[in-house]
Amino acid sequence: MMDQPSLAEIIRAVRTFLETKAIGELSGHTAFHARVAANALAIAEREVTQGPQADQNETARLKALLHLEGNLETLNRALCASIRAGAIALDDPQLKEHLTASTIAKVAIDQPAYSGLQIARSALTGASHP
Amino acid sequence: MTQDDTLQQTLQSALATLGAVSGLTRLSGGASQETWRLTLTTAERQSQTMILRRTPGGRPRPVSETAVTLDVEAQVLKACHQAGIPCPRVVWTAGPDSEAGSAYLMDYVPGETIPRKILRDPEFAEARKVLAHQCGVVLARIHAMPLSTLPDLNRMEAAGQLRQYRDIYDSYDYPHPVFELAFKWLEARLPESTDPCLVHGDFRNGNLMVGPEGLRAVLDWELVHMGNPAEDLGWICVNSWRFGQSQNTVGGFGSLESLLKGYAEAGGRAISPEEVRFWIAFGSLKWGIMCMTMYKAFETGADASVERAAIGRRASETEVDLLNIIYGTALT
Repeated sequence: MMDQPSLAEIIRAVRTFLETKAIGELSGHTAFHARVAANALAIAEREVTQGPQADQNETARLKALLHLEGNLETLNRALCASIRAGAIALDDPQLKEHLTASTIAKVAIDQPAYSGLQIARSALTGASHP
Repeated sequence: MTQDDTLQQTLQSALATLGAVSGLTRLSGGASQETWRLTLTTAERQSQTMILRRTPGGRPRPVSETAVTLDVEAQVLKACHQAGIPCPRVVWTAGPDSEAGSAYLMDYVPGETIPRKILRDPEFAEARKVLAHQCGVVLARIHAMPLSTLPDLNRMEAAGQLRQYRDIYDSYDYPHPVFELAFKWLEARLPESTDPCLVHGDFRNGNLMVGPEGLRAVLDWELVHMGNPAEDLGWICVNSWRFGQSQNTVGGFGSLESLLKGYAEAGGRAISPEEVRFWIAFGSLKWGIMCMTMYKAFETGADASVERAAIGRRASETEVDLLNIIYGTALT
């Protein structure tokens, strides 16, 4: 067991340093790349906290959808092959539910403020979000 | 002597008949070809800001399978400018054998290209009201360009482009079930073959030079090809190019009705919202695979920047947009 700080805390500390101290002292291309770097760390931070549960949910849905066992990558490759071969209909409700839930979880880590994410949450899941 | 000093000397001797070159500055945009800003001072002491496009290393080959060479790009720009389409005027070209390498020089058109400024700054409030209609008009005129005035261009229809992007996606061997879904969905809805016309190929918010009064010039012509005109109308509606303003279908600034109205008024053929919807989905898929391609430059070590690494995580935005189109009713 690793000592404190946690991985998420280490990432947060570096991101906060970039955002509140370093970026203000930089200019031009370097400042731009530092903002990109802070944004990349924010993705890492969210993935550390939200990723394990999202992966677990995605794996469970894939097993039920495909009636297969395996790890997340194997199952995703099997789903790709199945869609490509036409073995699963594009409008299969279980497929729709799975792809919607997995993609929402992915974008919530990659770009939680992305406009298309809010649209998907309200239009595809029926859930209402601010 | 730095690389910039060398280029400065090379350009000075190549452009000697036009004037004196100063203030050579590399611009950030345009990762695939070099773009420079410079000041040209004529013998009459008239100074003008100009833009230089140049193939890195002076090589004449296009930078990707879908891009044209600089020479072809300059020929298309000249023909379009001649026809009165708002785009920069080309004043000088050099072939691959010249000391400057494959290059061309064009007028600098002042204005704003940064999408978030165009969408938010008060000075563009009036421009935002007219931009979608203006884009429709300009697209109709691009699509009406007489083929006899243009160089030979590749014909790229939906089916061929889908195969091309499928091959690229397959070569990365990384599973994206939503992309598989999108390929199937698009393949089942391929548009009928149309008479090919000039297609800009990258007509979107970010490649438009805008002033407070509206559209000033269409930039970035390296993806021109012959194809289906609806491709350009769909591309500017891709949600990634709305920069957060999803409710405004066209570039985040206007409505699809305005775009199609301008297009029809300027003589463009009737294009239905459903047809545009196909090309929006096509554009989202294409942009998603382009994100994978840009990440690959990081993976292979060709570009170790954090920007190249991080862009791989933008593929997922196109997946959520594809689901919104395929399973929802949103995005047009």
